[in-house]
Amino acid sequence: MKVSIYRYNPDTDREPSMKEYEVDTQGKDLMVLDVLNLVKEQDESMAYRRSCREGVCGSDGMNINGKNGLACITPLSEVAPGVKDGKKPLVLRPLPGLPVIRDLVVDMTMFYNQYEKVQPYLQNDTPAPAIERLQTPEDRAKLDGLYECILCACCSTSCPSFWWNPEKFLGPAALLQSYRFLADSRDEATEERLSRLDDPFSLFRCHGIMNCVSVCPKGLNPTRAIGHIRSMLLERGV
Amino acid sequence: MSIRTITFDAIVVGGGGAGMRASLQMAQSGFKTALISKVFPTRSHTVSAQGGITCAIASSDPNDDWRWHMYDTVKGSDYIGDQEAIEYMCSVGPEAVFELDHMGLPFSRTEEGRIYQRPFGGQSKNFGEGGQAARTCAAADRTGHALLHTLYQQNLKSGTQFYNEWYAAELVKDADDNVCGVIAISIETGETVFFKAKATVFATGGAGRIYSSTTNALINTGDGVGMALRAGLPVQDMEMWQFHPTGIAGAGTLVTEGCRGEGGYLINKDGERFMERYAPNAKDLASRDVVARSMMMEILDGRGDGPDGDYVYLKLDHLGEEVLHSRLPGICELSITFAQVDPVKEPIPVVPTCHYMMGGIPTNVNGQALKFSNGHEGEGEFVNGLFAVGEVACVSVHGANRLGGNSLLDLVVFGRAAGLHIEEALRQGMPQYEPSDDDLDRALSRVNRWNDSKDGESVADLRKELQSTMQNHFGVFRKGDLMEEGVEKLAKLRERIAKAHLQDKSQSFNTARIEALELDNLLEVAEATALAASGRTESRGAHSRYDFPDRDDENWLCHSVFDPKSQKLGKREVNFKPKTVDTFQPKIRTY
Repeated sequence: MKVSIYRYNPDTDREPSMKEYEVDTQGKDLMVLDVLNLVKEQDESMAYRRSCREGVCGSDGMNINGKNGLACITPLSEVAPGVKDGKKPLVLRPLPGLPVIRDLVVDMTMFYNQYEKVQPYLQNDTPAPAIERLQTPEDRAKLDGLYECILCACCSTSCPSFWWNPEKFLGPAALLQSYRFLADSRDEATEERLSRLDDPFSLFRCHGIMNCVSVCPKGLNPTRAIGHIRSMLLERGV
Repeated sequence: MSIRTITFDAIVVGGGGAGMRASLQMAQSGFKTALISKVFPTRSHTVSAQGGITCAIASSDPNDDWRWHMYDTVKGSDYIGDQEAIEYMCSVGPEAVFELDHMGLPFSRTEEGRIYQRPFGGQSKNFGEGGQAARTCAAADRTGHALLHTLYQQNLKSGTQFYNEWYAAELVKDADDNVCGVIAISIETGETVFFKAKATVFATGGAGRIYSSTTNALINTGDGVGMALRAGLPVQDMEMWQFHPTGIAGAGTLVTEGCRGEGGYLINKDGERFMERYAPNAKDLASRDVVARSMMMEILDGRGDGPDGDYVYLKLDHLGEEVLHSRLPGICELSITFAQVDPVKEPIPVVPTCHYMMGGIPTNVNGQALKFSNGHEGEGEFVNGLFAVGEVACVSVHGANRLGGNSLLDLVVFGRAAGLHIEEALRQGMPQYEPSDDDLDRALSRVNRWNDSKDGESVADLRKELQSTMQNHFGVFRKGDLMEEGVEKLAKLRERIAKAHLQDKSQSFNTARIEALELDNLLEVAEATALAASGRTESRGAHSRYDFPDRDDENWLCHSVFDPKSQKLGKREVNFKPKTVDTFQPKIRTY
């Protein structure tokens, strides 16, 4: 099959280009990461991130035939019709909107900065008991669909609002984590968390485009979380 | 010698659970602490841990007792786990787990609001007399993910200085074996830097990538063990590799033991629940070594399924969709993705798959690395300045076979213990050892060797050959002559790898260079494994030999110690002296 990959090495290249590779998949429905590993056996200079190869570490987010996803859990048959059979090329590009370091590796600093801005850690000044802080199964269920985020950046880098204001708009991933702590019955910093979001950009630049929902490889829904925060901010304003 | 030097009180190499628990402790105490990780920390392999963290927090059973957990762990280790260390882990465990809740880890809950605990293999009540226990604290089947993210978040809060995507290439030590820090490479820029510190903590994880089929992440290349061996330091119990019973056939991805804890069971191609024959009491919740061997026997006896008859099945559908989707949601996803099977409807094809390195750098309970001079007897002496925690360490709480759920406990308990110890030692004035220019040159020589290579075989080809050698010669069942062949193949691979070629010499994000440096480490781990495995002439725990099928307590109720300088395998006494309970005497091990 044919694979077309975005290549750029700042040491040697003046500008990026697409490079074509021929890979023998023996007709198997490989994962995109398996194909990349075969490319790297041909050409060791090919750079990309990978670790767990099972969709839980979030290393290999990339743009696959126009859609962001994790290479390790995207089978060729799901990329686009004809790709698995070699009728159409597999096209791999770095996640959009972030500076490229090399090939498929992007500089995620901006993305991590926004994550850190939401103070993504439990805040509770009440002295802890000798055992765990109790939490009902119902309260714990509020964290489902939030805590599972793997920080792969597929969502934020598919969001036009994030492309436009990556410094001021926190983006779907960071906002999902913000709500993960707002929703935690053990957290006491609700008021401070909300007041830090109460400006025209941090949260309110979300226009409900929902690209984040359609690309999330873990099936999470950042738009809904953003909606919940929006309601909390509005209630607080009343 | 011009190399940039960055100085800290303590450096931690590795950003998994053990490393981040250690760095958190030290950062909270205000000492200048850096964490060096070859991946962004939440990409570390701890993230893949599923089922949970085993600990007697007395939630599911209010009468649970850490001594019962200790008994299970000693028995699980096939009696070569150090009892003082196991006592420490099991008794301190509850405090360490409650701390994780206070940090925000989203544990699943019981109706009483306490942490949910599920049954896991090898667990019992009342010292094996009271039936199956449910002692594994869980966050659905994503406990490792929840734990790793929680620890990263707490480190952010505490101001740990992260060097993410920096690769630690070599240990720097002075002429007297005192450790001064590490040489590390910025993957992004290619810059090579000397990180100098009073305390160097290895938390580099396992090395499952020495095998072709493994549940381990691609990054698990044994970097810490490789660095230690090249520095002439000993490693312990390297023959002890755990094969997890349920890796997805073909893909190798892990399916948690929690599936069997929740009521799933294994069947052969005839649909028979075969574990009833091999372990009449514990059945599918026998220890991992026992279950893995039973599965291989079914397959070797022709009762495996598939085109090559090389896998059995894990049956879960009888648990019902609701239980599967609430307790095991991640497994449902993985099974659909990697086995094209929905466990709600059909059983998952599974096969024993390399999972965990019980051996590693010998340490005491404070994480202090040990070396041995005369015949490896006794407690050894400290390698000044060096610590090891987590899978890279052999403290030893797992002995010849680790119990499920004990690895996450090992990470947090001993990461914390090392942090506490170093904190105190720094307060009392820990020395900074200074390397000479020659010491630094020696540490840099490996990086330079690859950079200067002009032609030779490729890293990818040699790595594949190494992995298939380990898979074929040092698998679940082992045999003397087959292992000897494997040892010879590895010796030849050593010569070839020394002449292998790195084509890509560029600086920015050169992952080919990292993979070349990792190959050196895979080789060190593989060779130590091979020599230890052929040297231990008995079967114990995960080490199972056709030619020596029985446990031999007279000669082998001991740790093996591999000394890289002499290439010889020695023996070291197991600790049978817990501080507050009576010694658990070795017994015949049945489930």
